[in-house]
Amino acid sequence: MVEKQELSVREKKELVAKEEKTIPGRYYVPYADIYETDEALAVVMEMPGVEKKDLNVALENDVLRVDGQIDFSKYKEMEPVYTEYNVGHYARSFTLSNKVDQEKISANLEDGVLTLTLPKAKHAQPRKIAIG
Amino acid sequence: MALLLDPFDALASFQQAVDAYRASSWLDPGLSGGGAYPPLNVFRKGDDFIVIAELPGVQKSDLDVQVKGRTIRLSGGKTVGYPEKAALHRRERLAGRFDRAVTMPVEINPDGVKAEYRDGILALFLPRAESDKPKSIEVA
Repeated sequence: MVEKQELSVREKKELVAKEEKTIPGRYYVPYADIYETDEALAVVMEMPGVEKKDLNVALENDVLRVDGQIDFSKYKEMEPVYTEYNVGHYARSFTLSNKVDQEKISANLEDGVLTLTLPKAKHAQPRKIAIG
Repeated sequence: MALLLDPFDALASFQQAVDAYRASSWLDPGLSGGGAYPPLNVFRKGDDFIVIAELPGVQKSDLDVQVKGRTIRLSGGKTVGYPEKAALHRRERLAGRFDRAVTMPVEINPDGVKAEYRDGILALFLPRAESDKPKSIEVA
């Protein structure tokens, strides 16, 4: 059963990274949905304000790393007068099971939502066994 | 504004500046209802104001912005979908409808209001009404 989830305001979670960053500035953890179909694993992340060119997705040693940078030049000459949320880069990583076909990973960024489709390796897909 | 002098320090000082206004009572006198979805940031740029909201995954066609007097109403809906046969492993994204009105403490020119939605961010440009701008008085 899927319970109903209503829109509500949540405080952004600051990223607690294993490695520290050498540049100042806070990173936040993007909200993520992960679901699996017979063919693929999908990771959907909310990264508002991140443009395609500032997005970096890497897979190394079964760790999927996503890093999205915010372009701060847009806030030039803007002086905050009232704020309810903070703005920062986004980063999150997941350890994958090794049944993903790394060559066929695809990414799509639309309306601030990044969808990563990780097709399962052939041997990991369910195989229907005919009963004779 | 003293921000953004050093590109490496820009983010940190910007975030500090944003945090400094988290407890601001700027929108308080109205019936704005702080704490409603979506969270908003208000910036000043010269004479004008810019209201920014993060609305990732909301389609442009599902967004409705109305201006009346100095009140801006922002409403719409957000849907989060999954393929029918998918097994959900993690579910953090929220969906639903939202409706929020904010009242600016200054007069705005309703005809000059512009709304822009890009990369999941909605920006509303609110030009301050000419009649509301302070006039400098020349000292004779």
